[in-house]
Amino acid sequence: MVRIFGPLVGLFFAAALLWSFGVGVVQQIREPDPSTAVKDFHRDPKEDVAFSFDGPFGKFDNRQLQRGFQVYKEVCSNCHSLKQIAFRNLADLGYNEAEVKAVAKQWGTKAKTFDAKTGEAGERANLPSDHIPAVYYAGTGNPPDLSLITKARHGGAHYVYSLLTGYTTQPAKLLKRYPDSATPDGLYYNPYFSNLNIAMPAPLTTDGQVTYSDGTKATVDQMARDVAAFLTWTAEPKLEKRKQTGWAVLGFLAAATALAYLSKRTIWANLH
Amino acid sequence: MSFPWANQYKPSNAFTSWLDEKLPLPRFVYNAIGGGYPVPRNLNYAWNFGVLAGFCLVLQIVTGVTLAMHYAANAGVAFDSVEHIMRDVNWGWLMRYGHANGASAFFVVVYIHIFRGFFYSSYKAPREMIWLLGVVIFLLMMATAFMGYVLPWGQMSFWGAKVITGLFSAIPLVGEPLQQWLLGGFAPDDAALNRFYALHFLLPFVIAGVIILHIWALHIPGSSNPTGIEIKTESDTVPFHPYYTAKDGFGLGIFLLIYCAVLFFFPNALGHPDNYIPANPLSTPAHIVPEWYFWPFYAILRAFTADFLFIPAKLMGVLAMFSAILVWFFLPWLDTSPVRSGHFRPLFRKFYWLLVIDVLVLGYCGGSPAETKYVLISQIGATYYFLHFLVILPIVSSIEKPQPLPFSITDHVLGTDAKTVAA
Repeated sequence: MVRIFGPLVGLFFAAALLWSFGVGVVQQIREPDPSTAVKDFHRDPKEDVAFSFDGPFGKFDNRQLQRGFQVYKEVCSNCHSLKQIAFRNLADLGYNEAEVKAVAKQWGTKAKTFDAKTGEAGERANLPSDHIPAVYYAGTGNPPDLSLITKARHGGAHYVYSLLTGYTTQPAKLLKRYPDSATPDGLYYNPYFSNLNIAMPAPLTTDGQVTYSDGTKATVDQMARDVAAFLTWTAEPKLEKRKQTGWAVLGFLAAATALAYLSKRTIWANLH
Repeated sequence: MSFPWANQYKPSNAFTSWLDEKLPLPRFVYNAIGGGYPVPRNLNYAWNFGVLAGFCLVLQIVTGVTLAMHYAANAGVAFDSVEHIMRDVNWGWLMRYGHANGASAFFVVVYIHIFRGFFYSSYKAPREMIWLLGVVIFLLMMATAFMGYVLPWGQMSFWGAKVITGLFSAIPLVGEPLQQWLLGGFAPDDAALNRFYALHFLLPFVIAGVIILHIWALHIPGSSNPTGIEIKTESDTVPFHPYYTAKDGFGLGIFLLIYCAVLFFFPNALGHPDNYIPANPLSTPAHIVPEWYFWPFYAILRAFTADFLFIPAKLMGVLAMFSAILVWFFLPWLDTSPVRSGHFRPLFRKFYWLLVIDVLVLGYCGGSPAETKYVLISQIGATYYFLHFLVILPIVSSIEKPQPLPFSITDHVLGTDAKTVAA
């Protein structure tokens, strides 16, 4: 039975597939898939920027993370939330307890309170245990929460860096080839963005836009690097611990596996 | 079955003697995976993967139960509860990365285990039942993995759930009500998330049950081996312990080295970035793709693009995708060659490697965007896939002239193989 029906079923599926294939080929010849502006002009993130946390031995550079936090606070946080991060987490960047308390207290948006007895809503200063307050944005576009942005985009920190430094005017070649793809009003051309036209205007525009306290020169390139590094920490705060643990685990496993190999050889020796 | 020369369990002290009378659990273990189970002496490292698959199941249950203690199955908080595990739970990141990569490791191991079975025709009599139970385990694994991927409630979780349950809507007449019944609504939401969580917790224990049957069925004929010829004498076998416990121990070490290298240094390499974006029913991702271990089947699903004999393309795709796995149930009766091992089947061997390449190509296409070129390649790949199992295997097994088989396992191992017998 199986040997009669099996081949029939197989030929049935094969016929259906080849039919689909034939229809697809004919369609492709008659009307090839049109090329699009995105296909031709989208760029992959720049990979030639080195970060301190790259590679299996990579570590965060706390001073860079603090600078990146400053860029987030003074620039990005006008539109973007960072809701997975609590003020207390900033201690990881090397701030001491008093500094963390001060950052929380001075944060622009206050923590919302609700008195369950009177039903009244109110506000109070943020505490280290509070998460960074949500940002509500009423303008064009939906600024995503940035907590996980480096894990939520191909290329991670390289993507963030490339996007921030990638704003440019729309190439004349693009407009010539795809006249319908001109960047609409209110959007900005950026070849690193998935559909080329992003609602966010270039956020880092001038050198010295923030004033770093550690003397680093705040060029656009430097600020983009720093905030990309900071957002890698917000997405993966346990990165250093993970890599360090990894080496200890691999070391132990290598030794255990070597012993397992030797005992296997000893046990099998009398058989060969 | 036990071979007459199998070692007998002897209780070593008064307590184990007492226990042996009341509850002979040590005897059971001894006969199952101890010195009382004679195994062919010539198993190669391809035979390690059954034990490794069992290890992966335990790994998934241990990490999974720990995650369950901190996870909240509610569409409003599920995503954040996963981030809570990653950030605030002690070693939570290890449990979660261990579990997510553990699923991938489980599938790698099981795919190698299955393709070992294909090459050595492990599905042939008298081992059909082991094979059938194995396919059941694989189907249960796929269901479990799919539901587990929904739990973090990211974009791919949501849209994956929508696409996969949407497959059922292709069934004529009852399709749409069936999809709504499965989801408990018109789109994935709390009802779906909660039932997927309950089933994701339950199914691994069902898998464990079927694994017990799988191993029970294995112990009746005993393990096959790379020559594919049956055990003749005691010298063909060695006791499972210490020989294969030692060999499996070394294999486990190598497996753990690779698994941990991925877990600690590339924990997100096998995942999709979109799943770090919270589920948003109003925003469809540019490319909806399942996890890598479903890619070959996803490619088959998408390969049907034109209606065929009044059957809608979507329904054809769904039928084909399920058939691609169901066809494995019929393998013992499709491949009728009396010779098991691919080492002695020159023609079969060529098609076997073609199948391996075919499945890899299908996997690559399944993970790529649904562009015409990938769809066209999938159509050729899927055609070969079905022809391989349903047409080529039956033909090859009847026209092929196998190479001569060794006289016995011992002769083959010790190279005293002067006298060979024709198949």
